[in-house]
Amino acid sequence: MPDRKTTKLVLEPAQRTALVNTQRRLLLRGGLSLGGLAMLSGCNLQDGDTFDKVLWAMSRWNDKVQAWLFSQDKLAPTYSAGDITKPFPFNAFYPEYNVPEIDLSDYQLEVSGMVADKKPWTLENLRRLPQASQITRLICIEGWSAIGQWGGVPLKTFLQHIGADLSARYVGFKCADRYYSSIDMATALHPQTILALDFGGEALPPDFGNPLRLRVPTKLGFKNPKHIMAMFVTNSYPGGYWEDQGYNWFSGI
Amino acid sequence: MNTSRSPHPPARVRVHTLPVRLTHWLNVYAMACMFMSGWAIYNASPIFAFTFPEWATLGGWLGAATIWHFAVMWLLVANGLVYLLAGIFNGHLRRDLLSVSVADVRQDLAAALRMRLGHRIGHYNAVQKAMYLGVLLLGLLLVLSGLAIWKPVQLQALTALFGGFAAARVVHFLAMAGIGLFVVVHLLMVLLVPRTLPPMITGRAAPHPVGERQDA
Repeated sequence: MPDRKTTKLVLEPAQRTALVNTQRRLLLRGGLSLGGLAMLSGCNLQDGDTFDKVLWAMSRWNDKVQAWLFSQDKLAPTYSAGDITKPFPFNAFYPEYNVPEIDLSDYQLEVSGMVADKKPWTLENLRRLPQASQITRLICIEGWSAIGQWGGVPLKTFLQHIGADLSARYVGFKCADRYYSSIDMATALHPQTILALDFGGEALPPDFGNPLRLRVPTKLGFKNPKHIMAMFVTNSYPGGYWEDQGYNWFSGI
Repeated sequence: MNTSRSPHPPARVRVHTLPVRLTHWLNVYAMACMFMSGWAIYNASPIFAFTFPEWATLGGWLGAATIWHFAVMWLLVANGLVYLLAGIFNGHLRRDLLSVSVADVRQDLAAALRMRLGHRIGHYNAVQKAMYLGVLLLGLLLVLSGLAIWKPVQLQALTALFGGFAAARVVHFLAMAGIGLFVVVHLLMVLLVPRTLPPMITGRAAPHPVGERQDA
């Protein structure tokens, strides 16, 4: 019974099903519009459901290719302080005025799943762990990119500290704004993957995911969840807010 | 058995080999998917002061457009490799495309612009050769710049070669635009000389077309 304490942070199963169905319908619509194109090549795949399945299967295939292409030794390019993008663009699945307000006084990061030590973490305790800082480029799936500076605890350090099973497949995150995401263990152990507490040398501001966000410079922006409330290690595929709607899960860069 | 009906038609010459025809039509499908899904992705964060109309995009929303793009890219690249390998082994590339000189292009282009360039079935003129070689190079540029923006960390040397992620994105767009321009010219040429279309399907054509000059 992993993640029991944190179920309040995710959608109810019925809501989640409704959401997924809505999005699948949108994906399907895209598939149907391709029916005409498919006939150009003489294919007979006119059934939208078949298209949908083919697309999802291709996305899973691309997950595998990207996992194979990913190298833990390959560092994302780093930049100098002068290259930092100012102002850094705000981006979320909601407008800026909906950024969650988080009471920092009783904030605790919950930890669950395949880890030895499940005690929750205060921000002070997180700051006592070894810290790392980076100036890297965040690349959004939309195509824009921006250079920023993030600092915090390398996720590998944190996972080792809590006695996580490093042979598990996934590390998942649940956020204060209903967002959720997950990454593969190989990426979680990459030296530049950090649990960021700072942005631009200061504590993370609300717009950029206070008090804790994931910074993964080897993945697209949406794989960098903000306002993290809970983290878990698991072998069962956790998906993600956008991933469950159709964004490619691995989304490595 | 049907000899009584009509005499044998004149022997038809082979114009396009099966690999050329097969990869040509697969490429039509793959490129249509790549263009349309690519335009949908472009629209999510336009580089220039315009977006593509929604009816010309594929996927319906950004997520599906990216899945389409990264699914069909395998078909596009595999198809391109089949074309190149077949073209190398059967001599198509060397015989029909690489056998071009600047002087020939200048001469044929001048003739074409004066509407004096005939079309010999089964034979590429120098302007055609230059156009086909050019679009192959643009295709290579499109794939390389695509790889550079797909994997700017894992393939960072390639991305740096294009001047970084943002610049590689512009190169990818311009290569697409160049190929789009080729497609427009290519389709206009088929409209001008419609008898070039059936051989791309059947592979064969009558050896002596009537009126060599009229159809430039």
